Amino acid sequence: MIRKVKQSNPDFESFFLLFCGLPSLLQGINACKVAISEQELAIFRAIGKNEKRAIESVYSENYGLIQHFVIANNGNEDDARDVFQEAMIVLYEKSRSPEFELTCQIRTYLYSVCRRLWLKKLQQARRMETPVEGLEKLIPVEEDLEDHDKLNAQYLTMRTAMGKIGEPCKSLIEAFYVHRKNMHEIASFFGYTNADNAKNQKYKCLMRLKKLFFAQYKNN
Amino acid sequence: MDQAHLAEAVERYLKGEMDPQERHAFEEARKNNPELDQTVVEYQFFFDEMERYGTIRRFKSNLYDTHHTLQENGQIKDLHLPASTRILNMWTKYRRVVAVAASIAGITALLISGMISIFSPNRPIRDLEELRRKVSNLERQSSNQRAEINNVKSKIAPGTDVRFGGTSFLIDPKGILLTSAHVLNGAKKVYVQSNDGVDYLAEIVHQDEASDLAILKINDEEYTAPRSLPYGISRNRSELAEPVFTLGYPKDEIVYNEGCLSSKSGLQGDTMAYQISIAANPGNSGGPVFNRNGEVIGIISTRQASANGVVFATKSNNIYGLLEAIKKDASDVNIKLRPYSSLRGTSRSEQVKKVQDHIYMVKVVLS
Repeated sequence: MIRKVKQSNPDFESFFLLFCGLPSLLQGINACKVAISEQELAIFRAIGKNEKRAIESVYSENYGLIQHFVIANNGNEDDARDVFQEAMIVLYEKSRSPEFELTCQIRTYLYSVCRRLWLKKLQQARRMETPVEGLEKLIPVEEDLEDHDKLNAQYLTMRTAMGKIGEPCKSLIEAFYVHRKNMHEIASFFGYTNADNAKNQKYKCLMRLKKLFFAQYKNN
Repeated sequence: MDQAHLAEAVERYLKGEMDPQERHAFEEARKNNPELDQTVVEYQFFFDEMERYGTIRRFKSNLYDTHHTLQENGQIKDLHLPASTRILNMWTKYRRVVAVAASIAGITALLISGMISIFSPNRPIRDLEELRRKVSNLERQSSNQRAEINNVKSKIAPGTDVRFGGTSFLIDPKGILLTSAHVLNGAKKVYVQSNDGVDYLAEIVHQDEASDLAILKINDEEYTAPRSLPYGISRNRSELAEPVFTLGYPKDEIVYNEGCLSSKSGLQGDTMAYQISIAANPGNSGGPVFNRNGEVIGIISTRQASANGVVFATKSNNIYGLLEAIKKDASDVNIKLRPYSSLRGTSRSEQVKKVQDHIYMVKVVLS
């Protein structure tokens, strides 16, 4: 008898969640003004500084949630990783943006962004299905994602230009701007006689890249 | 300064690596040379983009490494499932959702079917007020009193529960009247009252709920049939904006109203009815709708409760269909309809004067 009662409880709960959870979910959009702990803010700032430990902690705490959400909504493992990592980049951009202020838990923010991103992907793939999963809190992130789309377009422009520039320019520029090597390391790695030679080569490459970049930029 | 040196100078300038003297000279040059200024702006944008590209690349590789590390440590697990258990898994996961969805679908289906049955034209429509009139106690009293005062030989015994009023009109001088079917709902006995206040006992010959039409026959020896009817029943379709008028009994005396044909279909595209813009009140049900030639083009049936002046009238060509049906099951009733009107070309008041004596109030006795 007791068993039976216990079993029927979750069913009731799911009904309850569906009928009562939806309004509270909508309320959740505005109910984001919870006090953010210092620790949370510190992690948020550390993300913007690309600090490995912060990334790891956010990653390990939230990946499961997003993975579950994406896979429950017609996605696979790779989709989950792509969506989560893109959301992390949005978080990173926001952390570096002076105007942005974190007004809710990182978890809520990531979930809202991922949800939006994944819905967009589903729409593009024309297998539009309203997600059934997830009664997590949501906050509106449309504007943030518009910003992200703009930045991402510029990122892709640069990536295309980099793809067109050819070797050794690509590696040289990447070594300097991406991997933050100094000119001496670069000179010895690429076999230039000295740092000045490497520097000259770098600027020649940069000028070509600039041309390619602006050509691409005007195309878009 | 060649291009490569310029690029270097701009980068140093932007990164703030120039010493004050050099910086000052560069700024002066920039001020005096718009071309240089333009180049600097371009470079500034480009270097910003380059910088951002680099940071994002570093962040991405960091993310990638993190994913890899966490996966190796077992903090992230793949949710890969074999296809069959995946479906099973989806079933167990969505079982409740499916149950809820199914019950919602069920409820919706019931609601829709319920709504269809409510709104289908066979039944009284909730959104519509049937224009039969509830004769209130007061009105009943006053009419009884008036009947006594005028010494009119009323056939309705005093104290009889007369419930509903409507309008009917002769379609055959032999005493065949047409009215709305809903006026007669639940009737035990039907009386019709002529324009001069005389009651006649009538019987229901036929009632058709679908077209909301009913045929009454005056079964009273006191009834004297007129020689002929001035109006005809139109077979043709009427056009939009045609001026129309109606006569009916929303009160104890005959009332004239006019309007126009506003739509060729009734509620929700019901093609058996016209929509008419006219003032109609409870009691107008069953009243004839005349066009300017004095032909009956419709029979007032319902009005839209949520809108003003939206009245629906059953199209007159349904009468012909109804008579065909009657011929089949009651061959002893021989009804002949006049398709043409002798009122053509006369003035409206002339028409009303000739028509009003053939329009009767319907009184329904429920018990």
